[in-house]
Amino acid sequence: MADTTIPPVLETRDLHCTFQVRQGMFKPKKPLHAVNGISLKVHKGEVLGLVGESGCGKSTFARILLGLQKPTQGDVLIDGQATSAFTRKQIARRIQPIFQDPYSSLNPRKTIGTIITLPLSVHGVGDPASWRGTVERMMDLCGLPKRVYDSYPNQLSGGQRQRVAIARALVMQPEVVICDEPTSALDVSVQSQILNLLQDLRAELGLTYVLISHNLAVVEHMATSVAVMYLGRIVEQADTDTLYHAPKHPYTEALLASVLTPEPGKGVPDAQLGATFPNPINPPPGCTFHTRCPKAMDVCRKVAPRPLIVDGAEVECHLHDDSIRSAA
Amino acid sequence: MAAITIPAAEDIVGPTPGQRLRKRIIGHRGVMIGAVILAIIVLMALLAPLLAPHDPYTQNLGNRIVPPVWTDGGSWVHPLGTDGLGRDYLSRLMYGAQISLFIGFATALISGVIGTVMGVAAGYFGGRVDLVVTFLITCRLSMPVILVSLAVVALVGSSLTVVVMVLGVLLWDRYAVVMRSATMQVRSLDYVAAASAAGCSTWRILVSEILPNVMNPLIVVATLEVAHAVLLEAALSFLGLGVQPPLPSWGLMISEGKDYLLFEAWLITIPGICLFALLLAINLLGDGVRDVTAPENRS
Amino acid sequence: MAALLEVENLRVDIPLGAGDLHAVRGISFQVDRGETLCIVGESGCGKSLTSLSLMDLLPPKARRSADRLAFDGIDLAKVAPSAMSDIRGNRMAMIFQEPMTSLNPAYTIGNQLEEALLRHRNVSGREARERAVHLLEKVGITGAASRLGQYPHQLSGGLRQRVMIAMALMCGPELILADEPTTALDVTIQAQILHLMIELQKEFGMGMILITHDLGIVARVADKVAVMYAGQIVESGTVNEVFENPMHPYTQGLLRCIPVPGKTRRGEPLGSIPGIVPSLIGEMKGCAFANRCPYTFEACLTTDVPLFETGSNPNAGRGYRCLLSEQQCIENAKEVA
Repeated sequence: MADTTIPPVLETRDLHCTFQVRQGMFKPKKPLHAVNGISLKVHKGEVLGLVGESGCGKSTFARILLGLQKPTQGDVLIDGQATSAFTRKQIARRIQPIFQDPYSSLNPRKTIGTIITLPLSVHGVGDPASWRGTVERMMDLCGLPKRVYDSYPNQLSGGQRQRVAIARALVMQPEVVICDEPTSALDVSVQSQILNLLQDLRAELGLTYVLISHNLAVVEHMATSVAVMYLGRIVEQADTDTLYHAPKHPYTEALLASVLTPEPGKGVPDAQLGATFPNPINPPPGCTFHTRCPKAMDVCRKVAPRPLIVDGAEVECHLHDDSIRSAA
Repeated sequence: MAAITIPAAEDIVGPTPGQRLRKRIIGHRGVMIGAVILAIIVLMALLAPLLAPHDPYTQNLGNRIVPPVWTDGGSWVHPLGTDGLGRDYLSRLMYGAQISLFIGFATALISGVIGTVMGVAAGYFGGRVDLVVTFLITCRLSMPVILVSLAVVALVGSSLTVVVMVLGVLLWDRYAVVMRSATMQVRSLDYVAAASAAGCSTWRILVSEILPNVMNPLIVVATLEVAHAVLLEAALSFLGLGVQPPLPSWGLMISEGKDYLLFEAWLITIPGICLFALLLAINLLGDGVRDVTAPENRS
Repeated sequence: MAALLEVENLRVDIPLGAGDLHAVRGISFQVDRGETLCIVGESGCGKSLTSLSLMDLLPPKARRSADRLAFDGIDLAKVAPSAMSDIRGNRMAMIFQEPMTSLNPAYTIGNQLEEALLRHRNVSGREARERAVHLLEKVGITGAASRLGQYPHQLSGGLRQRVMIAMALMCGPELILADEPTTALDVTIQAQILHLMIELQKEFGMGMILITHDLGIVARVADKVAVMYAGQIVESGTVNEVFENPMHPYTQGLLRCIPVPGKTRRGEPLGSIPGIVPSLIGEMKGCAFANRCPYTFEACLTTDVPLFETGSNPNAGRGYRCLLSEQQCIENAKEVA
């Protein structure tokens, strides 16, 4: 367990991000709470898996962590310091992204060498003569042969492009890497290579990852702790083993039940969630999950659940709230 | 098991973007034809001082309207004959190419800079900037170019510089529209977010991430705008409000030849053909560039 | 009785400037009524072109050829285009990957559902409407009658894919071709859609070909599996045989690549397949997998490998395309596990 005297390398405190969305040309704007009060801590060397369906606010959360989006409320802290006081460059030295689609994440007009050198030249690290050496060492670490230095992205395969993206993210030696679906655009055989590479680099460079993925098997394999997101909030958070073996929130249970492992004969489970994901502009009252929850009670439709700590897991669900259950 | 060496999997697949582009350009007939015609006209213009057989301004009233060499009464002294003031027509044509090309490219440059700055700013920043630029584009589109330039020329008097400035300030609309949408497209791509997350300044993102990737549509619009400007200059000169005599602009030559239309049709036909060939070449080139660069955008 | 769909030596070639691209290089399989065949492979292996060629929906440049291509005894290679369009959407239906783009945004859900039936069957508008409502309820859409008047953009991705399935079922097809039907969807929705597809398939006794890259889906959905690599089937058999005793080094490699909660251990490296897929342009010599295979020996580079049939039941279609002996393959698989 992490030493409590050292501040977590990455922390968010009651983070909110609200967009004003106009649904029709003449309709008034309505608020969309993409991120609705997220508090998280990630300690050095950990891998935090962030799972949830599309539209739950994962990507907005990632953009806030990267400093690409200003939160409307709350703070992101790196090593205990609030990033609101940092410039974009200062954030960039500490947190770097790896994106999902290796085809759109590399500028097609630049050579691989230029792409990986970019962060070095932006921050003016060392003298320019040393850059090529630094970049080549990083390429080597990421499994890229030296001869692709002068190639263009369109000359490389998807897996290699993702390696380039990883090399670019790591060349400044950041503390935290935000991996947004790093393998979901890749073929199975390439996916495993990239996951292995990420594991190796974490050990070698002492990195901390925030791994955003909808693939729960990948998250289980990589993450040390997992946060489950639903409509802008973390509904359950625990270390990976606890979460996978004893899920508390019905949504987590449904997500885990939906994982299709390659075991023939087990059939396809019916997650019993109903087909409609609620509109985030008009979230349901009470617990936002009650419209799809197979265990919903009356109280869920009226009162939003409060965060609880149950058997080492942080969970927001009335099912685990003794005061609510005894009242009902 | 017999251990044998398998050739290493190739990690570099395919040619560089530059090589691919070159291959497609050479394979495209329109681009090649357009480029050859344009090259001839450009050479003619650049080498006019060396190649022109006579001074284009020297009048010889005793030698007026000599017909071209292929008609009765023509001679090799004036291969394309002489005009109403006895000036050598071939020499005037060559110097005229300088003026047409200068106006075309200078206008395209000025309007290109204005339009690109506006379009890229609108596309990248969005919000209020976009609102203002869109409004300006709408305003500009509701002004008739010919009438406005006629009015300006009538007010400040006409000269080469005035024509270039007026056209340059009027013809930026297409650049702005195209650059705005191209920038919006590129802006949403992950490599822009990656550069931003790497700490690049906005200026650097615009110059090194956005601009190179909106170059293709920019080149296409620019070529078409060159043609547009050449045509407008010809029209203004024909109306007598463009380039002023004795400068040998092609539009002016057509204008001066119009009095002889029924009897000496070649006075109009020759500069007319040149103008046609220049516009054809530029348009072929522009369309070709679009064809040649489009697949790269799609794949 | 002959199988519902019989394919023998299907080839798809696409002429390119640099030579012919042999996208599908002689594949054979059968699908019966009530049976699900999963074709699994990575991008570029030819699995999508296989399904398009069965529906005769290949891009205009591509050429199809086959020794036998029979649907319920009808030779699809010889049938006239008009007769083919009577079969397509009627007796053979297709479900595409992108529910966003495969529904026409200009028409209501009801229009699009009813159109298929009105086109192929001699029914009244009211009957078509009733069937549309019935099927929308069947695929789990609540308030089906009111949904008919809605446009595709008013529905979520999961609902659209349900509508796509209902549309495919309108004419009561005998064969369903589903190309990555759940790839664009969230995991929870994916499980629901697949669950639904299996239920409907069993209920109506349809044959189904499901094309996917996801081994998890294959294991849970398939009766029979065909693993494709570089335009060929490299291994086929029942789902249990392929997953429990994978013979081909490629299948073994793929199974090693995916993390499985409870099986693969955190922090330990996953298996991987080095190298990249060979170019399918021009003629290829030897085994297509030789440049990535850990067991390659000299003969692999020179011999064209046939699909060896194996297994106790010759009709089960168990086969693998590898020069290693059966014994050797089984041992390799054990080594892995």
